[in-house]
Amino acid sequence: MNQSSLFIIILLTPLAGFLINGLFGKKLHSASGWLGTLAVFLPFVASLMLFNAQAQNSEPIAFKLFQWLNVGSFQVDLSFQADRLSTIMLLVVTGVGFLIHLYSIAYMHHDEGFYKFFAYLNLFIFSMLLLVLGSNFVVMFFGWEGVGLCSYLLIGFWFKNESYGKAARKAFVMNRIGDLGLLVGLFLIYFQFGTFEYSAVFQKVETGAYRPEILTAICISLFIGATGKSAQIPLFTWLPDAMAGPTPVSALIHAATMVTAGIYMTVRCNVMFNYSPAARDLMLYTGLLTSVVAALIGLKQNDIKKVLAYSTVSQLGFMFIALGCGAYTAALFHVLTHAFFKALLFLGSGSVIHAMSGAQDIREMGGLKKYMPITYWTFLIGTLAISGFPFLSGFFSKDEILLALYDRNHWLYPVGLASAFVTAFYMFRLFFVTFHGNFRGTETQKHHLHESPVLMTLPLMVLAVLSIAGGVINLPHYTGASGQGLHHWLDPVLADQATHHHTFASEMMFAGLATLGLLLAFVLTRRKYVVAEVVPESDASMQGIGKLLGAKFLIDEAYDQVIVHPSEQLADGLYAWSDQKVIDGAVEQSGNITQWLGNFMRKIQTGNIEWYLLIMVLSMAVILGVNLFI
Amino acid sequence: MELIILPLAGALISWLGKSLNRQVSFLFSIATLALNLYWLSVFIPDGTLQFEQNVPWMNEGIRVHTGIDGMGMLLLLLANLLTPIILLSRWSMNQEQNRLMLPLILLMQSALNGVFTSMNGLLFYVFWELALIPIYFISAKWGSDNRIRITLKFFLYTFFGSVFMLASLLFLYWKTPGTHSFEWASLVAVELTEAEAWWVGAGLLIAFLIKIPVFPFHTWQADTYTAAPAAGSMLLSGIMLKMGFFGLFRWYLPLVPEVIQSQMSWVGLLAVVGVIYGGFIALRQNDLKRLVAYSSFSHVGLIAAGIATLTINGFQGAAIQMFNHGINIVALFFAISIIEQRMGSRSMTQLRGLAASSRVFAILFMVAVLGTVAVPLTNGFPGELLLLQAVFASNAVYGILAGLTIILCAAYMLRMYQFSMFGDAAEHQPAFQALVPSEWLGMGILASLILVFGIFPQPILDLTHASMTQLLEIIQERIALR
Repeated sequence: MNQSSLFIIILLTPLAGFLINGLFGKKLHSASGWLGTLAVFLPFVASLMLFNAQAQNSEPIAFKLFQWLNVGSFQVDLSFQADRLSTIMLLVVTGVGFLIHLYSIAYMHHDEGFYKFFAYLNLFIFSMLLLVLGSNFVVMFFGWEGVGLCSYLLIGFWFKNESYGKAARKAFVMNRIGDLGLLVGLFLIYFQFGTFEYSAVFQKVETGAYRPEILTAICISLFIGATGKSAQIPLFTWLPDAMAGPTPVSALIHAATMVTAGIYMTVRCNVMFNYSPAARDLMLYTGLLTSVVAALIGLKQNDIKKVLAYSTVSQLGFMFIALGCGAYTAALFHVLTHAFFKALLFLGSGSVIHAMSGAQDIREMGGLKKYMPITYWTFLIGTLAISGFPFLSGFFSKDEILLALYDRNHWLYPVGLASAFVTAFYMFRLFFVTFHGNFRGTETQKHHLHESPVLMTLPLMVLAVLSIAGGVINLPHYTGASGQGLHHWLDPVLADQATHHHTFASEMMFAGLATLGLLLAFVLTRRKYVVAEVVPESDASMQGIGKLLGAKFLIDEAYDQVIVHPSEQLADGLYAWSDQKVIDGAVEQSGNITQWLGNFMRKIQTGNIEWYLLIMVLSMAVILGVNLFI
Repeated sequence: MELIILPLAGALISWLGKSLNRQVSFLFSIATLALNLYWLSVFIPDGTLQFEQNVPWMNEGIRVHTGIDGMGMLLLLLANLLTPIILLSRWSMNQEQNRLMLPLILLMQSALNGVFTSMNGLLFYVFWELALIPIYFISAKWGSDNRIRITLKFFLYTFFGSVFMLASLLFLYWKTPGTHSFEWASLVAVELTEAEAWWVGAGLLIAFLIKIPVFPFHTWQADTYTAAPAAGSMLLSGIMLKMGFFGLFRWYLPLVPEVIQSQMSWVGLLAVVGVIYGGFIALRQNDLKRLVAYSSFSHVGLIAAGIATLTINGFQGAAIQMFNHGINIVALFFAISIIEQRMGSRSMTQLRGLAASSRVFAILFMVAVLGTVAVPLTNGFPGELLLLQAVFASNAVYGILAGLTIILCAAYMLRMYQFSMFGDAAEHQPAFQALVPSEWLGMGILASLILVFGIFPQPILDLTHASMTQLLEIIQERIALR
């Protein structure tokens, strides 16, 4: 098939799905779900074909739609490219996206906004594809804003609930703070390189045609954009709130795809980041801090989705650690495995919530193992994968990141390791409290418990297989396999791949250390939550550090005090004092003076506006009359 | 010329006619639009003046001289596109009021078309003032509480600016050599000393800055937009304030190039202050109209800041944003008018859950909000991109400060949308009636335009490109000469 038509299929099918579902979805009833799913499946097939083409020839395939904007030297094309990086992202977005659409058909079945849900999901897929397929920064920005909008629409999907709406707005506005950084980055790129096209920009970077301080400013600005979309400190607090959206949304947007946009962008711009050690350091430390802080908060959350949300923030932090170390392949590897196991975990939590008739507090659960075996086993696989159980997908990708961290700075390695340990800890806690022990909910809930329908369990099983075997895409050398598949695949897009070779012994040692941590976490949590049957305490009875973690380090409250409140006060002050009193007061005062002067006139005239009009017209006539005689 | 006469005739016929008042008005506005579109189809955007008409009026220098260049064409299109929609917004409303209001709207259209085509300073001034009369009556007669005082203030404020403008034009007129002339070309050719140019420029500038309005000359605006009936707010914000920008481009920049660099640096600063200032205030407004008024004030600040950069990106960004701002703001006021008519309130604290009652309205209103927030692939984005880029390139600090608009605007617009549309409807709340065809049509056209010009912004830019380049050349030539 013609490669241009592949682009058309990939981009236009989800858009068509959005339009059809948006305009006529109500009449389609349940067919709208299948239509929406098909609108993602077709692009998936087309992506496979592009992937195949890239496997044979790594030259990027370009596709230009039309020139979008042209003001002299400022030109923006609506153009796209499929290269080795974007095809990988394509497969994740459409592949995982397809599974989640399938799942949603059953999950959202009873919702009155069923068709609307699929319309938004399709629009999201379209935006995400714009983001990864664009061949210049502006098209990426289109997608970037588009996914933000869809995220907003889907978080606030159940719009009758005002707190959901608030969470949606928070997500959008926080993202926009990052977007301003990204926009500044774009302007600096244009200022420095005179173009937005990736290939032209990167070529100029490689020939050294830039000022180093501007390049660093560009990289830092782009990273600020990434902190918004990929939920890093300081802009991460929107993501846990975003769990207000339906669970498939959390799986698709807030775990597998959109939140990895910042990582995609950085890998895309690796040429630039290579020459900006300062920006990479910033990334490394931000990632490290985020991964630790979010993991710690995750320890004390009792909402099943909130735990997963903080876990996502923490895992994204891991990816930024990798990027900060220049280990782009490791970052992307983790994007992939994370997409598998985190989508799995979220969909699993959706299955649980479905069975619990909407309840999300793990303290009301327990013993779900026997009621929903498929969910149980697949959730276990997800938990093991994220915790880094040997030879599951997460084990390889996380190890690669920790190795890169060790190479970068020996002293930071323990911090990363500790973060991985905490991850294993809160994940097993979540797992045990939810699925083991005795059921703690109400009798009606207990009566209602059931395994989810096959449309939901099927995606779970597929994702479980991927979570187990996902590691094969980039096996380390010590496994003896030819290995490093992803690494080699990405060679054409990565300018300078740092390859550290480690001895077999040291690699085993690192893997062993991580595994040891995992086992320790397993034993500790099992003893506490299974053997001793401890139920996590309520928020009110938490003490000391636990209370602080439970309260999420009070970061939201701090933002309220430091940013939101002062802004509101400023707004009120500007309005009441500056605008109404000072500026308008001055205007009114000068008006009063004029009026006082005009009192004399008022004795002759009635002083109303018609007179002013008349005077205006008359004076004009006088002026004209005078002119006639000059 | 025909674009001026046609709506004027429509106004008269509709006013004198006994019945079919709204049909007649609408027909004339559509005819004007059709003529405008026909002219557009034969228009060649090469920077020259086309459809020129030039007949003596009082003497050789005071002529009825009209013509259309790229920028004029763009604003004519805006005015003639929006007028039928504004009429549609009145379609289902009080017919007693419409008897007089619709002719006034057409009169306004006529005057606006005059402003955008005049190539003679005095003619321009006449139309400029003429446009004030219908809007004055619309606001003062059918506005809400306090309308008389507010409208009087608005009138005096802008009139105050116009007096300075007239003084400047007269001074230039007397400076023209030989037989004095108000012709645009003669006024441009006048040689001024630095001091003269400064005063003349300041006089012109004050009129335009008040009309736009640029901080701190804006305090008439929020009150007037809020008190005026919806159609009045649409006319004011959608079209009339573009007279200020048009004035800057045609009657300020080329007339006093000696001083524009220094004066525009001040305007740039004030405009950026206005962007943030308006944005912050909008964050906390509870009256939908007042919120939109401050939002508009913030947005036009960015346009002014773009013009102040004196670069092609700034000019072109301003051109496209003038047009798209008109569409978006009229769509917003239209939506608010629909809400107010049904719910009897514009207060965000009293509105809830309207989205559940009317899906069509929720979508159309959302599109208008997205256009205003400047989400890519809506019409607000290309202009914002160009303007912010231009401001950033000329002063990075201004650029970042003005860039705050993308955060502030998202915050206040989504707050507005959520509070009015989302949530659960209150129990005592009256039912939200479905849209009637005229509303559906008006909002539908606006929403389509928002999407179309977001995906295809280039036609607008092509229309004005040559005019803007030429203007920039004139300015640079004159500056270099000095």
